[in-house]
Amino acid sequence: MGRVVIKDSNYRVKKARILRAKKMTENEKFFEIALTEGSLDHEPGQFVMVSLMGVGEVPISVCSSPARRDSFDICVRAVGKVTKCMHTLEVGDEVGIRGPYGKGFPIRILEGNDLLIIAGGLGLVPLRSLIHYVLDSRRDFGMVQILFGCKEPKDILFSDELEQWSERIDLNYACTVDRADPDWKGNVGLITTLIPGIDIEPSRTFAAAVGPPVMYKFVIKELLARGLPERQILLSFERHMKCGIGKCGRCQIQDIYCCQDGPVFNYEQIKDVSESL
Amino acid sequence: MYVILRKERFNDFISRLSEMQRLFAPVLKGYNNFAFEEVTSGKEIATKYIPTILPPKKFFIPQHETLLEFNLAQGMDVEAIVEFEPVTLFGVHTCDLAGIQCLNMVFSERPKDYNYLTRRSKIILVGLECNEYCDEYASCNLVNANFPKGGYDLFFTDLGDHFIIHVNTRTGDEIIKETGSFEKADTSHINELEKLRKKKRKVFGNEVPIEGKHIPELFDKSFNADVWRDLEERCLACGNCTNVCPTCYCFDIRDEIDLNLKGGTRYRLWYSCQLESFAKIAGDINFRKGRSARQRHRYYRKFRYPVDKFLRFFCTGCGRCTRTCMAGISLKETLGELIKESEGKHGKGSYKRF
Repeated sequence: MGRVVIKDSNYRVKKARILRAKKMTENEKFFEIALTEGSLDHEPGQFVMVSLMGVGEVPISVCSSPARRDSFDICVRAVGKVTKCMHTLEVGDEVGIRGPYGKGFPIRILEGNDLLIIAGGLGLVPLRSLIHYVLDSRRDFGMVQILFGCKEPKDILFSDELEQWSERIDLNYACTVDRADPDWKGNVGLITTLIPGIDIEPSRTFAAAVGPPVMYKFVIKELLARGLPERQILLSFERHMKCGIGKCGRCQIQDIYCCQDGPVFNYEQIKDVSESL
Repeated sequence: MYVILRKERFNDFISRLSEMQRLFAPVLKGYNNFAFEEVTSGKEIATKYIPTILPPKKFFIPQHETLLEFNLAQGMDVEAIVEFEPVTLFGVHTCDLAGIQCLNMVFSERPKDYNYLTRRSKIILVGLECNEYCDEYASCNLVNANFPKGGYDLFFTDLGDHFIIHVNTRTGDEIIKETGSFEKADTSHINELEKLRKKKRKVFGNEVPIEGKHIPELFDKSFNADVWRDLEERCLACGNCTNVCPTCYCFDIRDEIDLNLKGGTRYRLWYSCQLESFAKIAGDINFRKGRSARQRHRYYRKFRYPVDKFLRFFCTGCGRCTRTCMAGISLKETLGELIKESEGKHGKGSYKRF
């Protein structure tokens, strides 16, 4: 059996180090990561494959703005073997990175338009890369509104940032929880209840919605009811991915490879694709 | 270029070929089962065989294939490796050559898969023509895979007391020269070959009552067909059909730590869209929960999706999925039922787009 080392293998991981680690909720942990060599150079909405050698590799959304070039952020929910193991990582630990992969939010197209960002639960994570990008170049966008919803107040991610956003004059921010706790003073109800109350000009508004699959159906319905064209509704899909390069077949939705053609799609692209939502 | 190999020199040729590098060819494995196994003499080879249990894809994407090697003490300093072995495959039918061509397209599409491409470059392919149907499960005519269309170094056709061989590459030519078992073909040999091919066109006909060019349209109309619901009842979700398919390549990637706990490997292994966990994500959400949805996905990945992307079917008509299915799900029958259902709903020939 011959054996050769290949330098250009697409399965080779890049070495990276954790600069910051912070437990955000019971299930989510935040990491700031720097590649040992070079920068990630991602687009908002793209993902990376994160490796722990001997444990495995998982696709994780990048949640920082590409404007920050020397490091990037991810936020990981402990669900499977690899993500649970990642929760034991601390500052200085090494991880392996492949990517960035996929098509993110079409920021060139979004510029010059109003943005309505709708984040359900962990959906805030991929959207955070877009939000930070928009805030970094705020002047290039029209009105920017952010709607955030999650199950309970204890599930709220990036709470300090959400608070800052709620105070900014260049953002409209609203948030709701499905179930309140005694200290909660804000809105209670599903995220869709926030949509009728917002002010949008459908012809020049793009909506970017990311959340659990169940959220999409209802949010899309509300947005269409508000007159938003299908092409201006952007969604990001979660699928299991093993290779990230359009081979392994795990993320396939009919003839679409989520890892290469997505994870961000506009509603027109996928509305007739069953098994997508 | 064509050459001739007399049958009495076949054993001699195979022995010499096996001396050049390891040689694998179809051999009998119990009653009416065949497998590509290592051979050193022509006597071991079954020149008349029904498609082997596993297609030659096992040489191109092994069931277990190392992608990375790591040392836990060195953290992320890992090496990406390819394990390969120069081998010659003798006796590959046109259906399996077509299967390899499908895999070539998938793995050479960017981003490229260098593990596959490296391994492929070390494999010599010698094809063998089917003069007649292997059995009733084949549907190679339907998908246009019953005649040679490249993808080999040498291609053998049995013409009675001799083989006529098409030399397709320089590698093939080197084998011809090095083994020294061949004679030049003359016009009479070529005529014999033409005659055989003509006869073949009469023997082979569409195994399912539809023309290949209409299949994508049939599938466009069949996404919600009752046929899939019927498969839900029968399919056992064992994944045999995808394992034996010459064009199924989906895989899982896993890590394994060596017993000494010092290092390990990241490897890929065959995986199947028929298994329940295939399209499952966090939170136990499954985008193809039912077996009908998973079977439908398999059929669409053979007959509809690749048509747009690669302009060909990813079914080569080899019939393996039907032969191996424990629940008796037949590819030909499923296609036949889709046609029947479509015609029942929309009228005869309704799947054709006029």
